[in-house]
Amino acid sequence: MKTGTPKHTWNHQTLAPWFFLAIPLLMYMTWVIVPIIQSMFFSLTDRDSILFQRQFVGLGNFIRLATDPTFHLALQNNLFWMISFVLVPIPVGLAIAMFFNQDYPGARWFKTAFFIPMTLSYAVIGTIWAWIYQPDFGALNTLLRSVGLDTLARQWLGDRRYMTGALIVVGIWRQVPYVMILYVAGLKNVPSELIEASMIDWASWWQRFTNVVLPMLRPATVVAVTISIIDSLRAFDIIYVMTNTKARAAEVLASYMYSSAFTFQDYGYGSAIAVIQFLITLGFILIYVNNTLKSEEKL
Amino acid sequence: MSMTTAKPIVRSAPDMRKQKALLKGAFYVGGTLLVLIWLIPVVIAVFTAGKSMAELMSSPFMWTPPRQWTLENFRSAWTNAGMARYMMNSFIITIPSVLGTLAISSLGAYALAFYQFKLNRAILIVFVSGMLIPFQMLMIPVFRFSDAMGLMNTYRGVTLFHVAFQLGFCVYFLRNFMRTLPFSLIEATRMDGASEFTIYLRIIMPLAIPSIAALGVLQFTWIWNDLLWSIVLLNANRVMTITQGLANMQGQFITNYAIIAAGSILAALPPLVVFLFFQRFFISGLTVGAEKG
Repeated sequence: MKTGTPKHTWNHQTLAPWFFLAIPLLMYMTWVIVPIIQSMFFSLTDRDSILFQRQFVGLGNFIRLATDPTFHLALQNNLFWMISFVLVPIPVGLAIAMFFNQDYPGARWFKTAFFIPMTLSYAVIGTIWAWIYQPDFGALNTLLRSVGLDTLARQWLGDRRYMTGALIVVGIWRQVPYVMILYVAGLKNVPSELIEASMIDWASWWQRFTNVVLPMLRPATVVAVTISIIDSLRAFDIIYVMTNTKARAAEVLASYMYSSAFTFQDYGYGSAIAVIQFLITLGFILIYVNNTLKSEEKL
Repeated sequence: MSMTTAKPIVRSAPDMRKQKALLKGAFYVGGTLLVLIWLIPVVIAVFTAGKSMAELMSSPFMWTPPRQWTLENFRSAWTNAGMARYMMNSFIITIPSVLGTLAISSLGAYALAFYQFKLNRAILIVFVSGMLIPFQMLMIPVFRFSDAMGLMNTYRGVTLFHVAFQLGFCVYFLRNFMRTLPFSLIEATRMDGASEFTIYLRIIMPLAIPSIAALGVLQFTWIWNDLLWSIVLLNANRVMTITQGLANMQGQFITNYAIIAAGSILAALPPLVVFLFFQRFFISGLTVGAEKG
């Protein structure tokens, strides 16, 4: 029909979105949505539920988790990751973004170079840092010894007291450039007269920064904080590469879930850990989604 | 300036110029130092990979450049440690994954950008939230499903997963772009009697090419850098990705770090090259949501 009656057009356009959505939705259902629901269900079943018949154990796995010291340690470590990922990368990333946010020729190249860690995989980053932390001839201990601080040299990845801290430093090293780039994007909306450094009047600069500039950067801050927290809860690769998940002391929820499910084949228990990790993350996901979708409504 | 008078509000021109030059100098010096310090780990890896075994043993300082650069470690990593195979595998998985997710997400994005229907917003929220889900929540069911479908240790098993999972971000990203296109474009074509699919393919897609390219750059890096799904879905050496190969190398070649360093540089090169060539695209994709308020 060349011109089409209004009714025809209406029908046509009611079906059309579903025609376009069919494949994306089907794939997303199969690999993302249905697995989320399945994991919730598995968390209520016992260890061999995948291989043999499913044994419903109610909240049994969660009750076991409540008294599992490794789980407590993983939660504690995750909290440590989360707090560090907010307290360090946010202010440092913002400071560096403000520093680089100049229109001098070549300023762009500084940002580009600084951003390089973010393009590297954790497999690469973990490999490099494992060598830096190597206790006998790693760069860190060699440096400490060469400046006479022998007493500060440590078994960074071998001593349970320093392990998580050492891993978080690596995570932060990669997260700071990310936060920096988010703030660089955010600063585009801030008039440069507002941030231009004035070396004589530091006090008024600071006042303007906290009263005017920071509120203008709010969208960038919300994204940076929520993404950093979500990333900190997702930390897995770095722990897998640098400790091989053999070191219990560095365990976080993600790595403990992996070893429970894939090393010890306890799928029910692993799913329960995943559900806890999911529930903790969910709150932050909702803040992020709410923020990004709300900001676009204003357009 | 005398001590007794208050600071003048408007300072003399030469004074301003001096301050400006000073600031500019501080920017270049400070920026160079900051970048150098931040990239020390990368520099150490490059230096280590360039040193011969003898030099590595004799010189205790990792941060000094090699006296004589050698490619020996790269050669060993490439052949003996199997990096050639792993790199090939990574390309075989990454390229179809990126193309697949771009093609399929553009369909979904088109639907969400241009049609008003009841579930539009709900579907968008599902896509956006899914991209931030902890992977652990998907691991067991995806593993189980892949096993049942005979997708374990196959390129297409991981590829299908990447395509599906990345839809979350891609649909959201492309939909945002498509919404900036004038709706009148569509209406005019529709008046001419074009089918909905023709509008998508002939009108919208050509206009979306720049944003699809930006997205492709980002997706390439993300999928190339993935380690977890390679571990879960691939355990045979012949199909393993370069990230997993590198993680395993740590165990096997622990005595010769120079080879591992060379391997890590090889694994880092493709995403790094992509980033350096397309940085503008790359960054625009990463900062979604941070700009507008």
